[in-house]
Amino acid sequence: MIEKALQGSSRYWTWIGFLLVLIGAGFISYLYQLKTGLGITGMSRDVSWGVYIAQFTYLVGVAAGAVMLVIPELLHGYHPYRRVVVFGEFLAIAAVTMCLLFIVVDIGQPARLFNVLLHPTPNSILFWDMIVLNGYLLINIIVGYNTLLCDKKGIPVPKWVKFFAYVSIPWAFSIHTVTAFLYSGLPGRHAWLTAIMAPRFLASAFASGPALLILLLLIVRKVSKYDPGEKVLQSIAKTICYAMIANLFFVGLEFFTAFYSNIPSHMHGLEYLFFGLHGHDQLVPWMQTAGVLGFLGVFILLIPPLRRRIGFLALACAAIIASTWTDKGVGLVIGGFVPNPFEKITEYHPTFPEITIAIGIWAVGFLILTVLYKVAISVREQELN
Amino acid sequence: MELKRRDFLKIVGGSALIGGSAISALVEEAGIAHASPHEEHGHSAEEDHGHGHIEEASGIRWAMVVDMRKCSEQEGCRDCINACHYVHNVPNFPDPKEEVKWIWKDEYHHVFTDISTLDPYVPEHIKRHPFLVLCNHCDNPPCVRVCPTKATFKRPDGIVAMDYHRCIGCRFCMAACPYGSRSFNWRDPRLGLKGRELNYEFPTRMRGVVEKCNFCVERLAQGKIPACVEACKHGALTFGNLADPNSEVRALLRENYALRRKPQLGTKPSVFYIIA
Repeated sequence: MIEKALQGSSRYWTWIGFLLVLIGAGFISYLYQLKTGLGITGMSRDVSWGVYIAQFTYLVGVAAGAVMLVIPELLHGYHPYRRVVVFGEFLAIAAVTMCLLFIVVDIGQPARLFNVLLHPTPNSILFWDMIVLNGYLLINIIVGYNTLLCDKKGIPVPKWVKFFAYVSIPWAFSIHTVTAFLYSGLPGRHAWLTAIMAPRFLASAFASGPALLILLLLIVRKVSKYDPGEKVLQSIAKTICYAMIANLFFVGLEFFTAFYSNIPSHMHGLEYLFFGLHGHDQLVPWMQTAGVLGFLGVFILLIPPLRRRIGFLALACAAIIASTWTDKGVGLVIGGFVPNPFEKITEYHPTFPEITIAIGIWAVGFLILTVLYKVAISVREQELN
Repeated sequence: MELKRRDFLKIVGGSALIGGSAISALVEEAGIAHASPHEEHGHSAEEDHGHGHIEEASGIRWAMVVDMRKCSEQEGCRDCINACHYVHNVPNFPDPKEEVKWIWKDEYHHVFTDISTLDPYVPEHIKRHPFLVLCNHCDNPPCVRVCPTKATFKRPDGIVAMDYHRCIGCRFCMAACPYGSRSFNWRDPRLGLKGRELNYEFPTRMRGVVEKCNFCVERLAQGKIPACVEACKHGALTFGNLADPNSEVRALLRENYALRRKPQLGTKPSVFYIIA
C-alpha cells in the first residue's frame, strides 16, 4: 500500500523536494546545536523553555483533534465520516511524531533520553506524557493503517481494529490532559497554575486539529479525484465552531479569575501577554491579533451562509489555526516564564538556528503527512473506479 | 552520644573516609551531639507543620539561617559567593541569559515577592541591602517531584541533591522551582572557567545539564561545613541540624523571628532569613 507514495506527478515530487530541503536545513542546524549546546537558542535561565516546547504543546492538540471525527463516526454512527476518519488519524500520526521530535531537540543531553525508561519515575508528569504520546502514536498507526488496508481490499474492518479505535477516544483526551498537567501542577508559575488548563487545552485542540484537517481536505479535493463531500466539511466546521467558542470562553474565565480577584501575581502573566507589563510588550501584538482572529473565525462559522462558501470556510479555519497556534505555540509557554520567580522580566527571542530547527521538524511532519495522505488518496481513488 | 555519632557517620558516607577530629568539629558545629531521643520525640510532634518526616529516618535535617542584620552590614561583600563558586567550579558567564549561579544576591522585593506589596513602608536599610539566595532544599521540593529520571532527589538528611550524569537536561525542574534556584548549562561550562583557578576536588559539569547549590554534600561527607558558611567572616551564615532542638540554627530560630521564601506554596524551605 505504501508504494503508492512512490508514484506521483512532478508537482508531488517538487513538494517532497521542498520539504527535504527544509528538513536538511533543520538537520544541519540541529547538528550545530548538538555540537555547541542549547546556547544557540534564545532560551535563558529565566525563559528555560521556548519555541520547541511551545510547538510540542500546540501539536499535541492537533493530534488530539482527530478524535472529533472518531467520536461521531464510532459512537453516533455518523456515516459521512466513515471515509474521512483516516485523514484525521494520519494527521494525528504526523502531529505526534513532530511532538516527539520537538522533545528530543529540546533535551540538553539527548543521548541520555532513555534514562526516562531506565529510571521510570511515575511522580513525574513527563513520564506519563511519554507513555500517552507514544501509545497514541501506536494506536493511530494500527487503526489508520488497518482501516485503510481493509478499504483497499473491500472487506469490513475487523473487531480488534475497532477495539483500538474505541480506545483511541479516551486516549486522545489523555494526551492533552497529561500535557496540560505538565504546566498546571507547578507551584509558583501563576499563569499555568489553573485547574482549567486541561479543558482549555482540549477545547483549543478540538478547534485547531479539525480546522487544519479542513484545510488539508480542501487541498486533497483540489489535487485529487477524491472529494470528502460538502456535508463532511460542514459537519467538521460546526465542531470547530463549538470548540472555539468553548476555548474563547475558557480564556475569558482566566481573565475573570485573575482580574476580579485582583491578585497581582495572577494578573502579571496575562498582563504581560495581552497588555504589556512594566513596558515589556513584545508579545502584545501577537496575542491581541490572536484574540481578534479567534473571534473572526467563530463569527464566520456561526453564520451558515458564510460558512457554506468555501473561501470563507477556509479563511475561518486559517484564522482559528493562527489564533490557537499563537495562544499555545507562542503565548502559553512564554507567559508562564514571564515574570520569573523574582518578579523580573527577561524577554525571549528565538534565534535563527532555533527557528530553522523548528521549521525542519514541521517539514518532517508534513512529509509524513504527505506520504500518508498520498496512500489514503490512492485507496479512495481506487474505490471510485 | 556514641550511638548518635555512629548514626551520623553512616549518613555522611562511611567512617573510613572521615577524620575523627573533623567530625568532632562538625558535630559541635551542628549541635548533633547534644540531642537526646526524648527531646527529639517532642520536637517531631511540635514540628508537624514544619519539617516532619526526614528526621525520623536520619535524625538530621540540614538547614541554613541567614542573619541579614550581619550580612547587610557588609556592603559589596562576596566572600560566600566566591567561596562557593570556586569550590564547585561554577562557571562565570556574564550574559544573564546564560548565567550559572549557586548562591547570589538579590533585592528584598525580588526575594520576598509575596510580601513586597508592603514595600513603601519597609525600612530603607532592608529595601536597600541585597539578600543572599540559594537553593532552599525544600521539604517538599517540586523539582524532585517533576524530574523524569530521579536525577534530582532528596536525601534522608533533607538535602536536595543532583546526579549530573543522569540529568537529561529537560529543564522541567527549572520550570517547577518557585525560587529560580536552578541553572542550566546552555554552553560548555568549561568555557566559563577559562583563566580561573580550579578546584580539582570537585568535578566540572558538562553542557546540557541543570545544576544548583548542593549544601556542600561533598564537604559534609568529609566532616566540613559548607564553603559559604566557612567563608563568611561575619557570622551571618549558620548551618546546622534543624531536627536537633539544641542546634545553633534552632537556637537562632527560637530567639529571632525568621522568614522563609514563599511559604504559602507549601514547599517548606530550609533556608531561613532573620530580617531585623
